[in-house]
Amino acid sequence: MVSNIARPRYCAALALLFLFSFWGETVAAPNPHFSPFEALWIWMPFILSGFLLNLVMSLLAAVLGTILGGLLGIAQLSTSKVICSSSVFVTQVFRNTPWIIILFAVMLLVPFELKLGTRSLIIPDWLKATVGFAIPVSANVAEVVRGAILSVPSGQWESSESLGFSKWQTLRMVILPQCVKRMMAPWMNAYAILVLSTPIAAVLGVHEAVGNAQQAMEALGARTSLLVPFYSFILVLFFFYIYPISRLTLWLERRYAVYL
Amino acid sequence: MFELISPVFRHLYESTGVNFVFLYDPYEYGRFVNGVFLTIELGICCLLLSVLIGILGAWAQEARSRILRLLIAGYIQAFRNTPPIVQLLFFYFALGALTPKVSADGYSIPIISAFDWAVISLGCFGGAFNVEIFRSGIEAVPHSTREAGEALGYTKSQAFFYITLPLAFRFCLPALTNNLVSLLKTTSLAYAITVPEVTLVSSQIWSDNLNVAEMMLTLFIFYNLIVAMLAWAMHRLERALKIPGYG
Repeated sequence: MVSNIARPRYCAALALLFLFSFWGETVAAPNPHFSPFEALWIWMPFILSGFLLNLVMSLLAAVLGTILGGLLGIAQLSTSKVICSSSVFVTQVFRNTPWIIILFAVMLLVPFELKLGTRSLIIPDWLKATVGFAIPVSANVAEVVRGAILSVPSGQWESSESLGFSKWQTLRMVILPQCVKRMMAPWMNAYAILVLSTPIAAVLGVHEAVGNAQQAMEALGARTSLLVPFYSFILVLFFFYIYPISRLTLWLERRYAVYL
Repeated sequence: MFELISPVFRHLYESTGVNFVFLYDPYEYGRFVNGVFLTIELGICCLLLSVLIGILGAWAQEARSRILRLLIAGYIQAFRNTPPIVQLLFFYFALGALTPKVSADGYSIPIISAFDWAVISLGCFGGAFNVEIFRSGIEAVPHSTREAGEALGYTKSQAFFYITLPLAFRFCLPALTNNLVSLLKTTSLAYAITVPEVTLVSSQIWSDNLNVAEMMLTLFIFYNLIVAMLAWAMHRLERALKIPGYG
């Protein structure tokens, strides 16, 4: 895995992104304030703390979305018509709707505080954004789980039935353990898509990496010479986090490929 | 048509309080319809640009020049592993500040508008995924078919456009459908750079009329409808392009 980092494609991508950053420095107009790179260095901890919130949101949303998505995926294969059709409907609706609209719906329609008698419990905006991200993730994970369960040969179901397993026992003890291998690569892909979608919360005022970078640029006087370095820094930050995940996904796909 | 549905929804609002204001108020109706048309325009432009970039990129990946191949690989990795909304903001704010402005009666407007930046950015984002999809389609074309083309006297680019590309397009159509649907959903991110498409217009309507839930429902229905229409159109294309012996 470490040797992959030195590969030409990775270097080419990094070079492209750094080129944009240095371009910002050369076209910066001379001014008595900080140069764009000094400004970026001073504000980097602030932007990185926002990036930490991005990662926390993505991990929480991934956990929540995986649990909900697993249940939704299994429900899609139920024999009861009501459960089956309603879970198919829910999955299709949340797969076909853009993430920003689901996020809007959750953030604007869920109240910002819960009143318990005289006390009020404030629901932080990043928590609502996390739930807003968990919903489309659960729909994607539901499809992954459904695909993995359907890819297990039907002989497994028949032989467990003949051995006296109930349907739930079969699912729990025979099918799902075999599905874990098949689900790993698509699940990592869904996680990468989730992380790349968390900056959408900045549109709704959550103080994560993009929001913090925009606030930093405002604090520095909103000079246009800051735009390229600051936005390039965020792009490079996400690239450093996601590229290893995408390499890991490729490796998992090859390692756990199922040949029937 | 508006005159027919307007009294129905006005009555609905007055009796139950469910406020679909854009269906009975002519001004809001006009705004919403403009937003819908702009969304469809944005979607079509982004899809076409991404398919064009995909085809050109897949062709360039087989080029002899090593620099070109590395450039395409760098472009793909850069656009696949970075957030699309940050790419949009980068293109509109950072690159937009560097583009020249045209003067219009005393004030200057940028030469590339927000809509154009959204098309460029989302087209590049979708194109990066499409290059991989088209490459997989091209690799699925049997070697024997390509060698037969060579034997019949086709030049390299003639063989690519007349033999390889038609077959590759048919092979990659399901994955392309998936990606184009995902790109259509991603166009809603243009809200962040104030492109007046249906998401932004709906946010303006709910700010004026305080009917968030109804506009949210409308947006859900709208996007599900256009995604379903795109998926249906791609399936029809798949059936129309079907050739015997494959799938």
